[in-house]
Amino acid sequence: MLNGWIELDKKAEGGPRVLRKVESIDDAVKEQLLSIRNGQSDALTDAQKADFKKRKLLVEVTVKSFVLKKGAAFTTSLTKPETDLTMDMLTNGSWREKQFKAYNFEALGVPPASGHLHPLMKVRSEFRQIFFEMGFTEMPTNRYVESSFWNFDTLFQPQQHPARDAHDTFFVSDPAESHEFPMDYLERVRKVHAEGGYGSQGYLYDWKLAEAKKNVMRTHTTAVSARQLYKLAQEGFKTSKLFSIDRVFRNETLDATHLAEFHQVEGVVAERGLSLAHVMGLFTEFFKKCGIEKLRFKPTYNPYTEPSMEVFAYHDGLGKWVEIGNSGMFRPEMLLPMGLPEDVNVAGFGLSLERPTMIRYGIENIRDLFGAKVNLKMVYDNPICRLDKQ
Amino acid sequence: MPIIGVRKAVLDKKLEKVYTEKEFDSLCFDYGLELDEVTSEKATIQKEQGKTVVNASDEEVYKIELPANRYDLLSVEGLAKALLVFQKKHSIPQYQIVRPPVLQRLVVKPETAQIRPFVVSAILRDVTFDADSYASFIDLQDKLHQNICRKRTLVAIGTHDLDTIQGPFEYRAEPPTKIKFKPLNQTKEYTAVELMELYQTEAHLKPYLPIIQDSPVYPVIYDKNGIVLSMPPIINGEHSKITLKTKNVFIEATATDLTKAKVVLDTIVALFSQYCAKPFTVEPVAVENADGSVVEYPMLKYRTESVEVEMINRKIGINLKAEEMADLLTRMCLQSTVANDGRSLQVTIPPTRHDVIHACDIAEDVAVAYGFNKIVNQLPEGHTVGKAFPINKLSDLLRVDIAAAGWTESLNFALCSRDDISTKLRQEDGIKSAVLISNPKTAEFQVARTTLLAGLLKTLACNRDMPVPLRLFELQDVVLKDEKSDVGARNERRLAAVYSNKSAGFEIIHGFLDRIMQLVDVKCKRDGTGYYIRACEDPTYFPGRCAEVVGPKDVPIGKLGIIHPDVLTAFGLTLPVSAVEINIEPFL
Repeated sequence: MLNGWIELDKKAEGGPRVLRKVESIDDAVKEQLLSIRNGQSDALTDAQKADFKKRKLLVEVTVKSFVLKKGAAFTTSLTKPETDLTMDMLTNGSWREKQFKAYNFEALGVPPASGHLHPLMKVRSEFRQIFFEMGFTEMPTNRYVESSFWNFDTLFQPQQHPARDAHDTFFVSDPAESHEFPMDYLERVRKVHAEGGYGSQGYLYDWKLAEAKKNVMRTHTTAVSARQLYKLAQEGFKTSKLFSIDRVFRNETLDATHLAEFHQVEGVVAERGLSLAHVMGLFTEFFKKCGIEKLRFKPTYNPYTEPSMEVFAYHDGLGKWVEIGNSGMFRPEMLLPMGLPEDVNVAGFGLSLERPTMIRYGIENIRDLFGAKVNLKMVYDNPICRLDKQ
Repeated sequence: MPIIGVRKAVLDKKLEKVYTEKEFDSLCFDYGLELDEVTSEKATIQKEQGKTVVNASDEEVYKIELPANRYDLLSVEGLAKALLVFQKKHSIPQYQIVRPPVLQRLVVKPETAQIRPFVVSAILRDVTFDADSYASFIDLQDKLHQNICRKRTLVAIGTHDLDTIQGPFEYRAEPPTKIKFKPLNQTKEYTAVELMELYQTEAHLKPYLPIIQDSPVYPVIYDKNGIVLSMPPIINGEHSKITLKTKNVFIEATATDLTKAKVVLDTIVALFSQYCAKPFTVEPVAVENADGSVVEYPMLKYRTESVEVEMINRKIGINLKAEEMADLLTRMCLQSTVANDGRSLQVTIPPTRHDVIHACDIAEDVAVAYGFNKIVNQLPEGHTVGKAFPINKLSDLLRVDIAAAGWTESLNFALCSRDDISTKLRQEDGIKSAVLISNPKTAEFQVARTTLLAGLLKTLACNRDMPVPLRLFELQDVVLKDEKSDVGARNERRLAAVYSNKSAGFEIIHGFLDRIMQLVDVKCKRDGTGYYIRACEDPTYFPGRCAEVVGPKDVPIGKLGIIHPDVLTAFGLTLPVSAVEINIEPFL
């Protein structure tokens, strides 16, 4: 009806009647389908084909064909390609005939069964090596519990100093006190705090033995340096370079970069006529061995050194100056009561072990590095420590 | 290190120049200060209280970090002055005590010796405050209280409008029920007892209450007419409070440390006397002590010290002539003149530089003024030969070979909880030889470890998703009580290892021990020259799977075995573990 071939007369008598409208018809659809049958598939447009497919007049059939030829390795016997060269193949010479599967060079190999050293200890070994290369002797730091006397008083840190507060320092309740001191030295220490002397005004306060006796978990390894310097003075002074890398304890608030325990790296140089220029020179050499060349020094304050300075290095990655260490010349009020000769100057310098380790290995949370919550996979995958390599 | 906040506008005004942030940062660096942060009042409140206050200022505030011993820099008045003298733009102020014909008197009553024995006092005449200097004055007192005054315990400062009160003044100590006055910012009178209660809810006063709370007498300062100036260290009286219009300031500082009180008083008057009609002048007050002696304050002493030019040159490693050195020191507010044919300097130390107590402090100031980064590096001449500490050398050699054997190094905390070394390990007496911490902030720091096992088991528990078998070792110190040591405790170098897998593997940990002995060149022998293991029972280990390790000379050096299941549960472990722990010091 659409093509106008027939019409429907609904109103004819005796019911609806279909009437012829034209004499002959031109069946376009039939023509088109016939041409398809004859192989002329482009007689129809894509739209027409889609239409006929929808009307189920046309079906599109995809016929895939392959042409097969004999390849180079054609054989009528079935064999599996080998994955590895074996002892048997060597023995019976069959390796000459075997086919070997292509190796996947894109994948990783089998990791060897290995043990691993802890990253922090690896960095410690590097620093130890640097100190030895510079002629430093390692101090006996295997004592975590220390008396306030050696940890603070001998360093000329006054007894009311905030660092000796309960909220910065771990005090020990058992054993609460130390009971053995070199008494004549102790008296000299008391005097320089309470009254002055050795060219100093002193702090002028009531120095108490009870306070000095109190035991603490050492807050710095400088306590050991003090013991060593005292020993040096007793045994007869000679030029000395001492170092230590060991654990210290601070009762501080904890966050992503601070723990109650950490490792301090400390170097001490005692020489007649030592100057601040020498200290800076030492520092520069030390950090050159760590791959750091550009240094800047800033005056700072430290209760037991004067002059004191903070050392900054330029961090290319962060694009700014970053503090990498602290240094100073120990005060005469600390050195002279020990009995060290007047022309002897002693310099100390220090840094933390955790900070360079975290920067070097890109670790953001210190708990991933130190303690039980360590990221073991990080320990397994951690590269060797070469501080002088950028 | 103390930090002060200064409005940039005030800083520029006081420094007589508008600085860019970079310029000011550089100036700070040279002087030994640090520009910590550039912020604003609004940003500070946002950070501290987490809320935005609409009418808080957006104006730039510089936060500057100061050396802890430079009390004279704790206000912009002192800081700016020091920097201006450093830049040679200003000369060093000369502070003068100007005695009037009759001095104000402050009489000390003997009862004060019970609670707060000392008091010092001074007067600033004809001052003119503006909003900035007034705020700075209050702020300086607060900073001093927090720092040198050790939160008001050592010294407490009170400042008053002299024109509202009348001397002679009395410093007494009275029972709290007897003290009644109208305190600062209140509208009615309270007794001291009531104030103690009232201030329990006052966050910024509550911390100071314990300083006098339990004393039978509280310190209090009265004027001639019974007006209460202050009840130190808690609060001042409303009557004598300072306002913007105050012209004459009466300052008192009560203390338990007289030296610090003197330093505090000197600092306040030195810094704020610049606002007096006659700048840098101070009027003294006569303090009559309980023993009858009369001392006039402030001390405002100038001290001279003689220093050798060569000593300072040698200490720093530079070569300055006397005149150059004198000039540098003068820039640091230490007025200096050449003496002794140029071999020494006479250095005058002003009352603002109480931090200078030895010639080495003077030497540092020379270095600061010279410029630390201008000093040419030198290397020490002396020859030294390096040496390792024996136990460390042994430890480092062992650690490398243990890793070579396939074990991974663990590094755990030396402080732990009491349970970690006792109940969790099924050792009832575990605490007996342990060092105890008196002020732990959390249970994690109650004791120092007496064994490395707890740390290793904790590390296993935190790494349960790692593939097994897990082989961990730790070669570090434990801490033990020891009466023979001068401090009462000593460290002991131990080696501990754990093996965790689907089966416990006693033979694996036993093989580990054998390898260690091989590394220290000790043979398995029972004749006293080598090591051997013998069965023993230990609550930490599984019954029948525990042995004692006996070293040369038949000295027991540790234990090994399969960890008891209850111990595994206590540490949150589900796989079996075998462990060994030995003391390696005998192998030195």
